[in-house]
Parts: sequence; C-alpha cells; structure tokens
Amino acid sequence: MLDNSDSYVTEDGRTIGAVVMEMKNITLRFGGVVAIKDISFDIRQGEIRAIIGPNGAGKSSMLNVISGFYVPQEGEVFFNGKPRPQMRPYEVAQQGIARTFQNIALFEGMTVLDNVMTGRLNKMKSGLLAQAIWRGKAEQEEIENREKAEKIIDFLEIQHIRKTPVSRLPYGLKKRVELARALVAEPNLLLLDEPMAGMNVEEKEDMSRFILDVNDEFGTTIALIEHDMGVVMDLSDRVVVMDYGKKIGDGTPNDIRNNQAVIDAYLGVAHD
Amino acid sequence: MTQTSEGAHGLTSVPALLHRNATEFGDKAAYREKELGIWQNWTWAEAAKEIEALALGLLKLGVAEGDFVAVVGRNRPYLYWAMVAAQSVGAVPVPLYSDAAAEEMAYVLDHCGARFVIVADQEQVDKVLEVQDDLTQFEHMIYLDPRGLRKYDHAALHHFAALQDQGRAASAELLPELNRRRDALNYDSTCVMLYTSGTTGKPKGVVLSNRNIIETSKNSSEFDHLSAGEDILAYLPMAWVGDFIFSLGQAYWTGFCVNCPESVETMMTDLREIGPTYYFAPPRVFETQLTTVMIRMEDASPLKKRMFDYFMEHARKVGPDILDGKSVSGMDKCKYKLGDLCVYGPLKNTLGFSRVRVGYTAGEAIGPEIFSFYRSLGINLKQLYGQTEAGVFITQQPDGEVRADTVGVPSPGVEVRIGDNGEVFYRSPGTFVEYYKNPESTADTKDPEGWVATGDAGFFEEATGHLRIIDRAKDVAKMAGGEMFAPKYVENKLKFYPNILETVVFGAGKDYCTAFVNIDLNAVGNWAERNNIAYASYQELAGHQRVLDTIQEHVETVNKSVAEDPMLSGCQVHRFLVLHKQLDADDGELTRTQKVRRKIIGEKFEDLVNALYDGSSEIYTETEVTYEDGRKGKISATLEIRDAKVVPVTASKIAAE
Repeated sequence: MLDNSDSYVTEDGRTIGAVVMEMKNITLRFGGVVAIKDISFDIRQGEIRAIIGPNGAGKSSMLNVISGFYVPQEGEVFFNGKPRPQMRPYEVAQQGIARTFQNIALFEGMTVLDNVMTGRLNKMKSGLLAQAIWRGKAEQEEIENREKAEKIIDFLEIQHIRKTPVSRLPYGLKKRVELARALVAEPNLLLLDEPMAGMNVEEKEDMSRFILDVNDEFGTTIALIEHDMGVVMDLSDRVVVMDYGKKIGDGTPNDIRNNQAVIDAYLGVAHD
Repeated sequence: MTQTSEGAHGLTSVPALLHRNATEFGDKAAYREKELGIWQNWTWAEAAKEIEALALGLLKLGVAEGDFVAVVGRNRPYLYWAMVAAQSVGAVPVPLYSDAAAEEMAYVLDHCGARFVIVADQEQVDKVLEVQDDLTQFEHMIYLDPRGLRKYDHAALHHFAALQDQGRAASAELLPELNRRRDALNYDSTCVMLYTSGTTGKPKGVVLSNRNIIETSKNSSEFDHLSAGEDILAYLPMAWVGDFIFSLGQAYWTGFCVNCPESVETMMTDLREIGPTYYFAPPRVFETQLTTVMIRMEDASPLKKRMFDYFMEHARKVGPDILDGKSVSGMDKCKYKLGDLCVYGPLKNTLGFSRVRVGYTAGEAIGPEIFSFYRSLGINLKQLYGQTEAGVFITQQPDGEVRADTVGVPSPGVEVRIGDNGEVFYRSPGTFVEYYKNPESTADTKDPEGWVATGDAGFFEEATGHLRIIDRAKDVAKMAGGEMFAPKYVENKLKFYPNILETVVFGAGKDYCTAFVNIDLNAVGNWAERNNIAYASYQELAGHQRVLDTIQEHVETVNKSVAEDPMLSGCQVHRFLVLHKQLDADDGELTRTQKVRRKIIGEKFEDLVNALYDGSSEIYTETEVTYEDGRKGKISATLEIRDAKVVPVTASKIAAE
C-alpha cells in the first residue's frame, strides 16, 4: 500500500495524495559530463509538479529519467512504492505514463484525429487479422477508442481541425494535438516537456487553462518542465529548481520565490 | 387591435405547439447537434420529454410565474429547451448575447431582474459571478457544461442534467402544477423578452407576446411554404430576434428541424454537412463567404480560375433570370447547365448551399454585387426588412420578385405607411407589446393605434409596390451646402470590395464627405502574401502604402458611381483614412449584431474626424482597446490621410430640393 499519511489539501481544494514516484539520489552521466548530480525528489498523486532551471540545467534529462528513457548510473526510481526496473517505452506507456515533447513529435502527414487515435494503440487488443478484415472485436474496439479520442478532442477544443493534416497547423495547435495524443492514453502521470515553449501570450494562457483542467477533470498527476517562471508559479503545486545538474530548491512556488539560491541562479551572481 | 383568429387552431403558446409537434410528428427529428464528431438527434417526442423534465426542475427550484429566466450561451438544443421550459412554468425567457462583457450583461440582468440564469459553461458562470453583487434579484444559476466548475460553491449553482433528474424524480408531485401553469398560458402572455442591440443607447427590453411570435411565425412560414421537412442551421446569436423566430417560432409552428453546430469554429463544416433547406444570414456572413471563395480562387490553378471566371460571367448574365423563371434562350440555358455541372454545383456544395430552397438576408443592406453573386449561382436568396419590435417581419420579397435595391412588399398581415418626413411606419400582429419598464420609449415608438415608427427613411416604388429603404432616418441629413447625406448608401458601395470590411462615412453638416475604412485582414493579408509584402501586425498592414493605394482606387471608383445618382452625388468621399484597429463590439464601436454605432465612433475618434476636415496629411492618435477578457490596453499610431478624386457635380443643388 502507498503511504497516504502526509497527503494534503491545496488552497483550491484539491486533495494531493500519496507519493507515486520517487527519485532517490539520481546521478546521470554522459561520458564525462554529469547531467544530473545526486538529485532526490518525489511526485505526489494529483499534483502539478514543475521542474525549472536555466538552460542546460538538466531538466530534460531529468524528465527522461522519469519517463524511463534514460537509466541513471546511480540512484533509484520508485514507482508506486516499488523500485522500477529498466523498461522499454511501450512498457512505460502501459504503466500509465504519457508525455509530450519539447520539439513536437507528431505524424505530420496524418490528420489530427489519426494522430490522437495513435495514443490508443496500447489499448487495442484485437489481432492483426481481425483489424484487417474489420470484424467483431476490432470494430467494437475502434468505436470505443474513437469515442475516447473524440472526448479529448472536445476537451481541448480542436473539433474544427479534426480532419486537418497536422503539417498544415500552426505551432500552438500542434502542441495542443500532442497533448491530446498523450491524454487519450488516459495516463496517471503526464509528463510535459516545455508545453509553452515558443507560444504567444494568448496561446500560453490557453495551454495553462488546459493543464489545470486536465488535472482537475481527470485527476491526472502532471510533471512539467517550463521556462516561463510566471506560468510555473501560477500553475504548480510544488517546484523543483535545478542548476548545473544539481537541485538547488524544492518547495511551493512561494518558497521558491524567496529562495536565495534560486534567485542567484536566475539573476546570476559572480562565480568565484 | 383586431384579431383574425384567436390562437390559430387553438394553439396559443409555444408549449402548446410543442405538445402538438410531439403528438403529430413525434418520431421526426426536432433537434440535432454535432457532439463528439457525430450528429446527435432528438425527435419532437424526446425534446418534449427533456423540456418537461427541465420545467419540473425549475418548479422544484422555485421559479414563479412571471419570473425572468436569462439564457446565455451559443446555440445549443439544451438552451432552446431552457427557453421553452421557462415558458412552460409561466416564466419569461430572456436570451442574452453570449459574447457580451460582464458589465453589459449586468445591465440587462439587473434591468429585467432575472432571478434565474441558465448558462452554457464556466466562461458565462464566471461573468455572472463577477457581477452578481450588483444583481439584487439574482438567485440561482444553472449550467450545462460542468467542466472547470467542480470547485465552485454549489449553493446557488445547479447542473442542467442534475436539475432535470430532480425534476423527473419529483414528477408525481409537481406535474399537476406544471400542467396548471401550461394551461394558464394564453395568446397574450409574454412569450419572450429580447433586448435590442442598442445602436443609439442602452439596450431596451422588447416584450413579445405569444400572439406576436405565433402569428408572425404562421404568416411567414406560409409566405415561403415552409414545411416540417426543412432543415436549418442555428448559428446566429440566440439573443437576436431573428434566431428566436427562425429557430423557435417557425420551427415550432411548422415542426422543422433545428441543427446546432459543434462549435463556433466548425460552423462552415457543419453547414456543409447539414445542407440546410432554409437559411438565414446577415450580409456580413455572405460577404465573408464570398471573400473566402475569391481568395481561394486566386490561389487556384490557372485552368480552374479561367473556368470559374468564364462560367461566373455567364451566370451573372442569365442566372438571376433563370431563378426568377424568366425566359432565357436555349443556348444560354445549356451553357448554364454545363456551368452548374462544372462550377456552380461544386461551389454551392462547398458553401453548404446545395439544398437551400429559401435564403434570407437582413439586418443591413447587402451590396448589390454580393447579392447577385449568390442569386446567379441559383441560390434563392431574398431580402427582408424587419426589426425586433416587429417580431422581425415588416416587408419581404416574394419569389420571382427579388431585387438587390428593394426590400420587398409588406409581409402578410403587416400594414406599412410612409410618414410625411419619409419615415417608414408599420402595424402588424407581430408588433411588440411594450418596452419593459420604459413606458416613455414605448409611447414614443408606438402610437395608440398601434403604428410603430421604424426610424428608417424609405419609399414605395410606384411601379412595383416594393419598399426601398434609404437609410436610418436619424442618419439621413443635409450637408452644409444642402445636399442630401445618406452615409449607408456610400458605405455599402465601399464594403462591396473584399478588401474593405467596414467603413464609416461622415458629412452631416459639413462641406464634403469623408470616411474611415477598416481593411479586411483575411483578404488584404492574402493579397500581401501573394505580393511578398511583409507585415507584423494589423496596424502595419493597414498603414502600408500599397494598401492605401488600393483603397484609394476603390474610393475613387465608388465616387464615380455615387456621382451618377443625382440625389446623392454630394456624398462622394473627398478624404479618407484607414483605421489602425478593427472596429469591435467589445470596444462599443459596433453593436453585438455588428452594426456601426456612428455617434460613438464619431465621439471616440473625434481627433481623426477633425483631421479629415482640417486638411492635415497625417495624424497621431492613441486609442484604448478592450481585449476579449475585459482587460484594457492602448494602441497608438500615426495615420495618413489621403485625398480621393471626386467627380465634379453641378446639378447637386437642384437635386437636393
């Protein structure tokens, strides 16, 4: 059983539950370069957890460790209370983890709907033959999956581009489609790699609202990396701050705002 | 007022019509809405059940007879049901513009003293909550889409479906009361209260009785032979009288099907999928569609473009005559058939007009060229003239007598006369009861004999008996030299150009006319793209030299055409400028139905108007703008003022006599 003892209720009335994922003393090296150095933190059920830091701080590497794509040389990742073994990407997905990418990774030639439907592939159980001749279970599955996909399309308000090839969409909408594809897999843990990068103010506001709504509506735990400090402070329940591969702060947005090490890292101080 | 039939066939209220429809064509589709990518369907019998459940829920919530129930949201079947449910319990539905800012909404909600508000989603809930402290009578809010509302205080907030469930559960106990209230409705009970868009001031609440709505719906449905088989797309604001008559009045009278789009953005796709048989749109929608077609033709392959140009020219020549059933040579007919196969048919299909049997445009005068474009394709587009106070219809064009410059003959049951000052007056069974809480305005507008002043100047053409509207009576004025000044006339000519979205012409009491021009970002942006003109913003594009050159050409061409009309030749535009921002309802410059508020624009941009008359060649200006979420900002610009060539007129003095 998960330890629920120190769950808490946020100001806006959401209950944040037990620890779902815990990083213990993670160190990740690429050859001689130390990308992540001895970092520990946890992610709790139902919270929005942000990882921030200046360029090259190791944020994306950290997200890749969480997603199981990178295996740290030292330290251990606990998922639902158990140490997590090395896994293949589809196994990660089956565990209920979904993600979006910093540089959009969609199938450009396919329509929005088809792209979103690929998020359901993991849930399709019918065999190749059944799908080819479109009989029985295959048809039933397709209908169920389409309904799930449509619900997400409705949720993210992209009905008007349902049949549009992704390559014809502007950047902000592509980001939203990618989020749709991640959501349709009904993840427990959603990883967002710079969801607002390259967006204008209006698009950022939209995306922020969607992130909050996802968390509120589906109870999805969200871990996100973001550059825009304003956005992070407004969105997240707790924030981890990284700099040069090290953790320099961890706490509520308010704690972080007043953390001297964080202020120094962002504003810059003279290095001795 | 004399009444011919006291409640046509004993049907004296909308709930009574609903009951008839549920009995007579219970299995026929009454409502469709696209949801989750599929058209969901409700038959009349199902709709009646949904409405009854909601009505019972409203009873449970304590809605009293005579209460006002505000309805806010985009066109959805649920909200139409909400209006009928409110009527069923003896309350008065008040649909509001869903894009109105919170303060605008506060005025209306407070003025009618709505105790109950039924809204679509979180956005509308937030707006009402923002102003609820100013609303003394507001008690309960009912919402459709629960998304994002979980954490709200639900003491006075109810979910639509949950309320229906409560209603169903309490059916045994409350049904007798509901039946009593439904039976108590008669021809004189209030059917709906609609707020005017307010071109000139605060919105006024127009009270329309069941008699107004049902008689008007009956007469107009018979005029165009509407049947239960029609399909319409409900996409115009629910607060607008037109939508109420088409999507509720006529739909309940004839029993046809109301289709609601999936979202505002998908409207064009949904229009195409439904293929309505009866269609209504203000001129702006037709203009936008034409602009889109033209832009896409510019990008089409040369072969397609040549084919399009060739057949469109032919259509312009013979299309309207074929539509009116006039005789056309066999050769022309053949060629038109071929054109229909290659161009008109596919084009109509793309626009979603393949099945349109009757189409109407109203609200404003439509550019004659735009009007004939659609008619030449074989779309039976007609004009009507009406207003909220008349329950829409004053005059309309019968099939076969359609022209761009008239608005038709008086609708069945409507009497029209022209006052001594040229103002149009009417009297009809659709004439409104009163302005709510405003007896002075009621008395000003409607005389004891029931004649209503429209505020528009017009005349009947001797030969045809058709009414021609010149302009708003208030706007028609004299210029300093005594020439007649009718701004709308010139504006409509200018707006025909796809590049020009909106324009405001000034000149009352002045020596000459001047104009503000708004470019159409779609059309001009596309042109800029094709000509490798880089621009970073609307403002930059609007101030571009080549854009100004193009607009100047348009103005000068229009001047030539204006000069040909001896009565209005004084209205040529001598100087103009292209505005740095788009006129917007959020800034109060347009009404929510997209009509120009001349006086407010004149006051707001006084510096620009002065500059147009003091001979300066450019002017620096700062303008406050309101964003969609209500925040305010400032934009500043230096605008160039250009002189346009005018055609000298000598006879103008005589014509003005």
